[in-house]
Amino acid sequence: MVCQECNQRPATLHFTKIVNGEKAEFQLCEKCAAEKGEMFMFNNGQNYSIHNLLAGLLNVQPAYQGNSQNAFQNEKVIQCPNCSMTYKQFIKVGRFGCAECYETFSEQLPPIFRRLHSGNETHNGKIPARIGGSIHLRKNIEDLKQKMKEFIANEEFEEAALTRDEIRKLEKELNSAHEEGE
Amino acid sequence: MSLERFINQAISSWMSTEGPDSDIVLSSRIRLARNLKQYRFPTLFEKDEAEAVINQVKKRLEQPGEIEDKHLELLLMDELQPLQKRVLMEKHLISPHLAENSTHGACLLSESEEISIMINEEDHIRIQCLYPGFQLLEALQMANTIDNWLEEEIDYAFNEKVGFLTSCPTNVGTGIRASVMMHLPGLVLTQQINRIIPAINQLGLVVRGIYGEGSEALGNIFQVSNQMTLGKSEEDIAEDLKSVVSQLISQERSAREALAKTSNIQLEDRVFRSYGTLLNCRIIETKEAARCLSDVRLGIDMGYIENVSENILNELMILTQPGFLQQYAGGPLRPQERDIRRATLIRERLQMESK
Repeated sequence: MVCQECNQRPATLHFTKIVNGEKAEFQLCEKCAAEKGEMFMFNNGQNYSIHNLLAGLLNVQPAYQGNSQNAFQNEKVIQCPNCSMTYKQFIKVGRFGCAECYETFSEQLPPIFRRLHSGNETHNGKIPARIGGSIHLRKNIEDLKQKMKEFIANEEFEEAALTRDEIRKLEKELNSAHEEGE
Repeated sequence: MSLERFINQAISSWMSTEGPDSDIVLSSRIRLARNLKQYRFPTLFEKDEAEAVINQVKKRLEQPGEIEDKHLELLLMDELQPLQKRVLMEKHLISPHLAENSTHGACLLSESEEISIMINEEDHIRIQCLYPGFQLLEALQMANTIDNWLEEEIDYAFNEKVGFLTSCPTNVGTGIRASVMMHLPGLVLTQQINRIIPAINQLGLVVRGIYGEGSEALGNIFQVSNQMTLGKSEEDIAEDLKSVVSQLISQERSAREALAKTSNIQLEDRVFRSYGTLLNCRIIETKEAARCLSDVRLGIDMGYIENVSENILNELMILTQPGFLQQYAGGPLRPQERDIRRATLIRERLQMESK
């Protein structure tokens, strides 16, 4: 059999791809398969382009919903009130419509994030200074609380007491910031 | 226009060889993806929203504050000629998507072209800092400065749990893509690269050929970048990439040493054959040019070729692309004409060296 892409080299790879329930069969030579980004399952992620297959990756509905007839009947449409993108559309295009989509799909997103980001689902990086003002304080307080626990566990009580005072100071700051905000 | 003047105008600061480890690392880049809270993302927003995004950035630009010395200039994609856009693309200052498919796409470009802020690309704002050599952390610092400056007046889409909200879920969190462009002829010649790429992939990093996704490595130039953006801090992501790149640098250096020891004369032969091709060719395709340029650069780094400057590879890899050739020619060229032009340009550029 000849490769269906180049029609020259012999097809050495035969596989079936199922995306969103649509089945497609391919007969390709290795070169064309690599160029099309279809090689990912054969050689450990080499040439694997995430954008090509994002839609497939996003589709993480649990297997017990696999019976398509049932799923179809019970499915309720999740739609973003701001940009009117539905969850189904999001899965298909692999792009959010607006910032509010993140709220609207918040229940469905964690497993997707875990898949895309090596098991992570929580932001651990930069917090913008202006709009994230009180978030900074809260994160600081949490860090200090953790530190205090460590001091206590190591029986470094003087240090723990100092940390406790610091936490109280920050909590006061946080409360006054809240009052001003209201 | 004389070739010398054309080159001087075409060169961005990132193409120089002033940065650290610039014998192997050509450039370091940081990109931050940001969106504005009140507008829909570029995948489905309307023209008036796109205009509003540009206007907000424009307004911010009236108070440049701490980044005044960068002299940012606003370029609107709708006002540029296709060839001008193509040239910006070939210099890696804008993306193909911004040049061709964006609605009211724009770009804020700094005078020395180390900063390029794309507007209305896949996300409302993409801050990009491109530095010569191995300077990832420096680029990150600059990107952060610009990010903070924008954030003083612009309301970002941000959420405490998942961080910066981006159009594509692969960028959510930090919105950071850190990448390094490396010239790795030693690892290719010793065939180690085939073992190294899968190993790097397992560390959550991606290795690609020079022109982004899905392309082969032209001229033994590879781009290494992070894939995951959520769950780690920007600094950790940059540091992780930095440590892998440092290892690659030392592996490339030892591969070159091994080559010099085991097949010195063969390597010298290869280098000078390629040099000869470039000096004498009358027609040359991109692929062959890239291969020869890579050999010549390796020859310079290893001391076989003297009196040719190191940045010949960086410069000519960029200048011999179709957009640049056509700009230099002053009009559109057919592929065959381009190959002739490319040969002429390379020969003239090499003659400039021997003067």
